[in-house]
This record gives sequence, structure tokens and C-alpha cells, in this order.
Amino acid sequence: MGIQNIRPTRRAFLAGSGLVIGLTLVGRQAGAALLKGAPQDAPGEQAKLNAFVRVAPDGTVTVLSKHLEMGQGPYTGLTTIVAEELDADWSQMRVAAAPADDDLYKNLAFGLQGTGGSTSIANSYEQLRKAGATAKAMLVAAAADAWGVPAGEITVSAGRIRHEGKGKEAGFGEFADKAATMDAPAEVKLKDPKDFVLIGKDRHKLDTDEKTNGKAVFTLDVMADDMLIAMVAHSPHFGATVKGFDDGEARRIKGVVDVKQVPQGVAVYAENTFAALKGRAALRIDWDLSKAETRSSQRIYDDYRAEMKADPFEAANRGDVGAAMSADGITSMDAEMVFPFLAHAPMEPLDAVFVPAEDGSIDCYNGSQFPGQDKAAIAEICGVDPSKVRINVQLAGGSFGRRAQFGSPYMREAAAVFKASGMKRPVKHMWTREDDIRGGFYRPIYLHSIKGAIDRDGNITGWDHTIVGQSIMHKDELDDTTVEGTADMPYQIPNLRVLAHQPKLGVPVLWWRSVGHTHTAFAVETFLDRLLERAGKDAVEGRLALLKDSPRHTGVLKKVAEISGWGSPPPEGRQRGVAVHKSFNTYVAEVAEVSIGDGGMPKVHKVWCAVDCGVAVNPNIIHAQMEGGIGYGLGAILFDAIDLGDGGAVVQSNFDDYRSLRINEMPDVEVAIIPSSEAPTGVGEPGVPPIGPAVANAWRRLTGQPVQRLPMTNGLLS
Amino acid sequence: MVTFTLNGQETTFDGDPDTPLLWVIRDAQRLTGTKYGCGIAQCGACTVHVDGSTRRSCITPISTLDGSSVTTIEGLEGSEAEAIQAAWRAIDVPQCGYCQSGQIMSAVSLLQFNPAPSDDDIDGAMAGNICRCATYKRIRQAIHDAAKTLEG
Repeated sequence: MGIQNIRPTRRAFLAGSGLVIGLTLVGRQAGAALLKGAPQDAPGEQAKLNAFVRVAPDGTVTVLSKHLEMGQGPYTGLTTIVAEELDADWSQMRVAAAPADDDLYKNLAFGLQGTGGSTSIANSYEQLRKAGATAKAMLVAAAADAWGVPAGEITVSAGRIRHEGKGKEAGFGEFADKAATMDAPAEVKLKDPKDFVLIGKDRHKLDTDEKTNGKAVFTLDVMADDMLIAMVAHSPHFGATVKGFDDGEARRIKGVVDVKQVPQGVAVYAENTFAALKGRAALRIDWDLSKAETRSSQRIYDDYRAEMKADPFEAANRGDVGAAMSADGITSMDAEMVFPFLAHAPMEPLDAVFVPAEDGSIDCYNGSQFPGQDKAAIAEICGVDPSKVRINVQLAGGSFGRRAQFGSPYMREAAAVFKASGMKRPVKHMWTREDDIRGGFYRPIYLHSIKGAIDRDGNITGWDHTIVGQSIMHKDELDDTTVEGTADMPYQIPNLRVLAHQPKLGVPVLWWRSVGHTHTAFAVETFLDRLLERAGKDAVEGRLALLKDSPRHTGVLKKVAEISGWGSPPPEGRQRGVAVHKSFNTYVAEVAEVSIGDGGMPKVHKVWCAVDCGVAVNPNIIHAQMEGGIGYGLGAILFDAIDLGDGGAVVQSNFDDYRSLRINEMPDVEVAIIPSSEAPTGVGEPGVPPIGPAVANAWRRLTGQPVQRLPMTNGLLS
Repeated sequence: MVTFTLNGQETTFDGDPDTPLLWVIRDAQRLTGTKYGCGIAQCGACTVHVDGSTRRSCITPISTLDGSSVTTIEGLEGSEAEAIQAAWRAIDVPQCGYCQSGQIMSAVSLLQFNPAPSDDDIDGAMAGNICRCATYKRIRQAIHDAAKTLEG
């Protein structure tokens, strides 16, 4: 059935059927089935064994993912964890997005529903093992009751329930309905990890097929009958407001339906995307800059240097740094490092679809990391009860942190646009790439100042580190994300001080894949590398000597040295650099092999990576996240900066001036996973932090020049 | 009125002749496998085949396509396409997946013109397709794997 057959006014009738999403999509039902907001692919009614496990009469098991799939793999990982304890066969497993519910589907690390901080597997591991084991116990209890045998005599393996003595055998589907009526056991015994059948083995991703034939549905692909396309003209300056506007020319464009002022700018509504683009371009808007941020990036760097003299927050202070820095016979070294704003630039820019129903309720289609927050924002802005807002979680075309917004600033704009439209017709609100690059919520600018001391024997005795940058969490006290990775650095340095300044700035900022570690790992690992070199020590051996109390850092560092052949000389014209860093409780060491490429630019040939993330639920996805994290981080440190020009407007606008790594710039990547029976930790972010310092350390060995200003290509060109 | 062939079907468009092919495919024809990523031919997410060659649909006005044959990911067929898509699945190339239609359209075209591409050939044909998840290592491997399948 195509969308043309379904009017949105019929949605009240369809709501709750679980089929509603498929019906609002164009000929995508089959493709959407695996991935949409409610189980749709298993025939018949599905038995709900608990909040996460549905079993269909044909034995198909659907796991509801409380976490957003944005490429990092939770759909497959979470399903694997359930299947393991359920003793299901992998072929019977499916996945669907859980609905927005801050209680039932809360992230146990956050206290509300949310995806981020590389926590999806970590916070769900015990919970979903129990969900799988509980569902299995209920299936077994149902079978025991039906067969008149003790539950303890029943075995389950690869999706089959058996009683050997009676020669009975059944699939899950046969007992699904009955199992749903059984009491869930209060306690279940979980497997010994050595008995795992599914966890720990390479497994294909459940969403791969749909993503190789064009059938995967993202928010931008959701189409409703009679749908308007809406875009907002935003100010080129952060914090500016609309003083007045002339929409005469815009309204004359065929297909433009309406123009409305919203708090975020001026919204254009059109019958199709091209008319919306043209209409927006034709607006004449007078902006009030009286409250806007008008400083340039260069001015901000200067202001941050001055800020260093203000009273700081103290993040770490052990030993006596002052004495260490002035001790007799020390060799001292200092550095200033500059990190620019960074945009996340996910391939799918931010978007949302709103479909009003006759009963006044609203369906929102969107891929967001905090769906519960979005739901509350829509209810507030549209003036409806939260119970009348349904969030239909979609696949997200990347995020890297961009879709994780406390307080839902993006959704507030989208909802304001829908509200201003009159909420009569479905509305798709979309950002263009220019909106994305210029839209703020960047990784903040950071300025680091570091001083180090080496004694006569070559020991690093002092480290004095000051960081200036906006608080991502908008804190008036010390924000851990400003200093994470420095104050808690694992190296045994007797005198360590870490100070932070968190000035306010009128540019909205956000966590960017690996958050504080994006800059702290770079600062610590490049400066340490220089100190070790000055002390005449090898970069790996020198680190190992300082990591005696950190066995997991040591483990990944030794492993990466082994697979990269660290002790052997690199090929002619190349140098290697190393870095090790823990983030989100995952330990990663990387070695980069670099030469001077075309135009004097760094050319990264190969990266070796060792990762310790506890139990490796799916090595295939861990490899993918290390490969991708390395590529994502490399693109940023080589090419990327968002600059505010004179007057404060963003200089960059699209992928032509905000460069992404391209295939010809991607190094070969070799990944080794450290075997572990520790609880699993995340892999979405931890591959990112070490790549910058590993490349910069290699570059310093090649050229003699330390990298102290990012991106590297800016430093080279200036 | 522009008349063209879309995935083998004769198709007409009587809207604004400046409309980029991307929005005709998505808005008017409601085929959503072809993606918007930048609108300025920088990212390749919108890549389709026009008369057998890759084209960035986001900057191609529909008025220039009268009589042309357009193929999108939904209409992809032939041995190169099958080999590429199978290779993509075999090593789980996609992460978020948003750019992958464009990647696959470029990769299929590469194999159609060059059945045994070198790494440099792959760089040349694929450097116009951005993947922010940086699945490039697997894209490269999948193209080599598909070429081997076709050879074998």
C-alpha cells in the first residue's frame, strides 16, 4: 500500500496498530519492517515477554532497542546479548526501536532514555542478559506446564525447547502466548561467559541489508500525504534575533505556501523541497545583533589567553608543582595548544517529521539520542499533553554527538515550525548542510597551556596544565568534560596540577565524539611524547615505565607495539607515532605511520590499534568502530575548524570548506582486541582520541615540528 | 514538461524546470534511496546513473534530462551491481548507512568501466563520495572483493 492511499486524518484509526509507520512510508514496508518503531515483520500478534523481548507465533524474536542506531551498532549488539541468554538461534532474531519512554527504557547510566557516552552496551549488558534469561525461563515454564514435566529437565538450545525423556521438542513460537502469562522469575541465573555461544563472535549487522539497497528509512525519507517541507532562515550570527523581514519575493515563488516568524528565525513552508530552498533564499531579513556573539575566533583565542590569569577551578593538585618546576637542575618545557570549534557534520542533517491526527495527537518521526526530552519539548511548544505525542524513532544518518541535545534545542525549533504552521498538515522540517555547518553546537574552542619538568635522571617530575574552554554542561563549577583525560591521566608523575577556566561565550557547544578527550588526549599524549624524547626515552618504553599501576593501559600499549613492529625501523621517508588513552572506560592505543605527502601535508599510511573494551560482544562492530573512529578523528585533526570571522559570523558553510576525510586519505587500519572477561564498555567514541596525537607525534619525528595548533593543515599553511 | 526514463519507467515532470534531479526523484517520485547530503556536489550521497555514468543529482537540473535514462539505487541491476551489493553485505560496510546508496552507485559505475581497479583507481572513482562514519577501509575492500567475484 502506498502513501497516496493513507490520509493522515485516518491515523487515529491506525494508531497503535504497530503498522502505522510502514503505512506512512512510500513502498517501504518491507524495508522498514526490521527497523521501525514497532515490530512489524513477524506475522500475527507478538507475545510480550518483557519490555525488551517480543516473540511471534512463528518463533521470530524481536528485541526492542532502547538505544538509537546511528551507525555505532547497538541494534545488533543489544540483540546479540538477549539472544545469548535466551539461547535463541541468530536467524530468528530481529530488532526494532523502542518507543520514547524515560522510565521503561532509561539508560541506566543517565536515569533517562538516552544514547551517548559510549554507554549503550555497557549500561544494557546485565539488563538485557536478564531480559533474555527471564524470557527463556518463561518459555521453559510454559513448556513444562504443557508437557507435564519439571522445568529443570527442559533444555533450550539454538531456539529449540526440548525434553529428552518425553521426546518433546518445540520452537519459541509455540509457547510464546502461554509464556507471556507466566510469572517472570524474580531471579535468573546468567551464563558463565565461557559458555557464550553468540557473544564474542563476529556477527553480521542486522541493518546491513537495508543499508545496501536503498531501503533503510531515515527521518528524511519519511513521507506523508499532503506534507509541507519547512526550512528556517537562521541568522549568520549566534544570538541574533529577527528585527523584521520582507517575504514578498519568497511568497511569489511557486510552491511556497507560507512564511512565519519563529523564535529561531523565519520559516518557509512549501509543497516541495526545491520551492522551500528557493523561498528561503528569497527572504530579506533584518537581524538584531544587539545580543549576538560578534567576536572572531582569533579574538576568542586572545581573550582565552587573558582568561588564564583569572581564578581557576582546580581539577587536580598532587605533590608540589611549584617546587618541581623550580627545582635545581631540571629541564623544563612548555607549550600552548589551540583547538578550534568543530562541527559534527553527520551525513543526514537534522530533520523531523510531524504528522497531526484528528484527535489532536501528534506523531513525530525523528532519530534523536534523547527521545524522551524531545517528546516533552514538542508537548510544551505545541501545547498538547505529553501523552498525545508519539515519538517514532528512526535510523539516524550519523550523529557523533550532534543528536544528543539536553533540552532539545533542535526539536524546539522543529516543533515551533510545526506549531506556527497551524498543525493542520504534516510538516517535514529539515536543515540543509549550511544550516548544519553554521548551526553551532560545536566542540568548543580550547586553549591549553602546559609546563613540564624533567630531572637530571630523565624522570618527568612535574606537569602543570591549564585549560580554557566553555563548559559543555553549562556548569558554574568545574565541568568534568573540560578536564577529563588530564586530571585523571594514568602516568605516575609525582607533581601534577590541572587547572581549568570556563568562560561564557555566545556560541552553543556540545559533546563531539569523545567529548573532552578530543583535546585532552591530544594535549597530554603529544606533550608527554616530547618530554620523553627530551629525556632520551623511547615513546613506548617511556610510557610503560609510567604506567606501572595501569595494567589495561599497559596491555593495549604493549599489544599495539607488537602488531606495529614498534622496535623495527619504519620504511624510508616515514615515521611512526604512538598514543594511548582511556575514554568511556575503554582503553585504546594507536600507532600511526606517516610521511610528508603532496603539498607538504601529512600522509597517514597505516594505523595499528589495540583496544580493551572488556567482553567483546561483536568483534566485527568493534573493528568497525575503531576504523571509523580513526577516520573521523583523522579528518578533524588534519582539516577541520569552524572559524568565526571578523564580526562573528561562521566562515565555513559546507563540505567544500569544512573538509571531511575522503577515501584517498584513509589509512589502512589494523585492529587487535584484547581478550577480556571484564564487563563490556563502549566502542563508539574511544577510537577517536589517540589518532590525533599518534599522527602529530609521527609528524614531529618527521619534521622536527611539534603540532600545537589544529587543524594540522592550517598550521602548515599559515 | 520533461520526459525521462527512471529505473526503466517513462516518467514526466512538469514542475519548476530548474528543480534538481535529486528532488524530483525524492519529492515527486518518492524514491528515497538517493540522499541529500550537501546540495553542492561535494559529498556524493545523491549519486545516480544518467545514461550509464555517475551524476550528482543535487546539482543536475531536471530540464537537462529530457530523453535521458536515470537509474537510482532502487533500479540498480546487472552483474556489477549484484557483485558490489553482495560484497558490501559480506563485510558489513555500512555504519549509519546514509551515504551508502551513493557509495554503491559510484562503485558499480567504477566496475562497469574498470573491472579490475587498482587502489589508485578506487581513490579516483570514490573520492567524491564522503562517508562521515569513515567506512572507507571496507569500501575499498568490498570493491576489490566484488572485482574478484566478477573475474571468477
